[in-house]
Amino acid sequence: MENKRKYVIPGDLVTTGPFRPEQNVVLEGKKIISTSIGITEIYDDSVRVISLTGKYIPKIDDLVIGKVISHTSLSWELDINSCYAGFLPAQDVFGRDFSAHADELSSKLKTGDLVAARIANFDRTRDPLITISDRDLGKIDSGSLVKISPSKVPRLIGKRGSMIQMIEQATNAAVTIGQNGWVVISCESPEGLLKAKKAIQMVNEKAHVANLTDQVKEMLESKGES
Amino acid sequence: MGGREATMVLLDENGIRCDGRKIDETRKITIKAGVLKNADGSAYIEFGDNKILVGIFGPRDVHPKHMSDTDTGILRVRYHMEPFSVTERKRPAPSRREIEISKVIKEALEPAVMLEKFPRTAVDVFIEVLQADGGTRCAALAAASVALADAGIPMRDMVAACASGKVADTIVLDVNNEEDQAGQADMPIGYMPNLEKITLLQLDGVLTPEEYKKCVDVGVNGCKLVYEIQKKALSDKYFGNGKD
Repeated sequence: MENKRKYVIPGDLVTTGPFRPEQNVVLEGKKIISTSIGITEIYDDSVRVISLTGKYIPKIDDLVIGKVISHTSLSWELDINSCYAGFLPAQDVFGRDFSAHADELSSKLKTGDLVAARIANFDRTRDPLITISDRDLGKIDSGSLVKISPSKVPRLIGKRGSMIQMIEQATNAAVTIGQNGWVVISCESPEGLLKAKKAIQMVNEKAHVANLTDQVKEMLESKGES
Repeated sequence: MGGREATMVLLDENGIRCDGRKIDETRKITIKAGVLKNADGSAYIEFGDNKILVGIFGPRDVHPKHMSDTDTGILRVRYHMEPFSVTERKRPAPSRREIEISKVIKEALEPAVMLEKFPRTAVDVFIEVLQADGGTRCAALAAASVALADAGIPMRDMVAACASGKVADTIVLDVNNEEDQAGQADMPIGYMPNLEKITLLQLDGVLTPEEYKKCVDVGVNGCKLVYEIQKKALSDKYFGNGKD
């Protein structure tokens, strides 16, 4: 199957035929129509459009970075850069024997804290339920937060993680990318931190450029010499 | 309105209109997408002497909460004219006319946007008319649709818009302010070009059934011209001129 990429805007015909419509496409009669500005991807049996714009829509199993905005006696509420607030139940942090009387939520997470979390459950009837009970998840103690457009996250990761690996290796930084467009960089050296930050912002601004990986590489290396 | 005596020549014997256009010609239209940094999506349109800026927020939380719908997202539109947009200062409070236009633009966009994907949210469309010269509702609708696409709101199709009308007993495309004041009829049309569906149709004036049909056809053709410009505005921003 030919996998030709095509630029489309809402209403543009992507293809006709027996395909399964996936992200950002809609079936109108026999035509598959794009609902977003983006790039088409046609697979053996399915069609999707990779959107170039838009807000973050939670998806189950996504890794996101959230910021605590408030808490009740039973749960925290997190800003996850989406139109819905993330809901983190206290049991998730304190464990099964959580008691609303004995445990004070603000002892673990305070308003303004950054958290690496996973979307545990989300459907259209409820706000996204998030969890931090997994490896590498939980409160983020140090690092620098960079906000990029959520639609450019796949570009920052690159093919099989090529872009982000390159940035990490060149700067010795550890980068945590949330699918919601929030990125935390932690690095021992301040120069590495600044360079990684600059590289990430460069990806955000020039996401549409074809040989971006080379350009970023050039930028990382040139600064290293000076 | 309706056969009032015109002091100027609206249409001369060569079929040239008061501003030098032919009967099936639109004014000069330019659209630019993504002109505002703080809005989620935006567009600026110049439609002849009309200058309109549109900003979009959303999907986002609904305030006041009681307006939210658990089944679907809601669309809210505010059409507003600046005090300096017309020759005599317009009071900035929403007038009866602005409330009506907000409503018709909202209803013209609703068939295109797929807000059922975002229950309990709202998409806010803010339209600011900086300079008005007849046909602002069409220009505003065309710009709003570009801005919605720029914001990444899923849409079944773009909504293009253009007016047609009757001036000096002739059906013409894209009625300007003078023709609107002195002409016989004005018909704004909103149209989804790929789905071939009309989402807005108003008529101010009197037309015979034949004239009505012709007027719709002329208007729809105008919408197709506007659609090409909308397409160009979006591909300029997102694909750097390299569409297809």
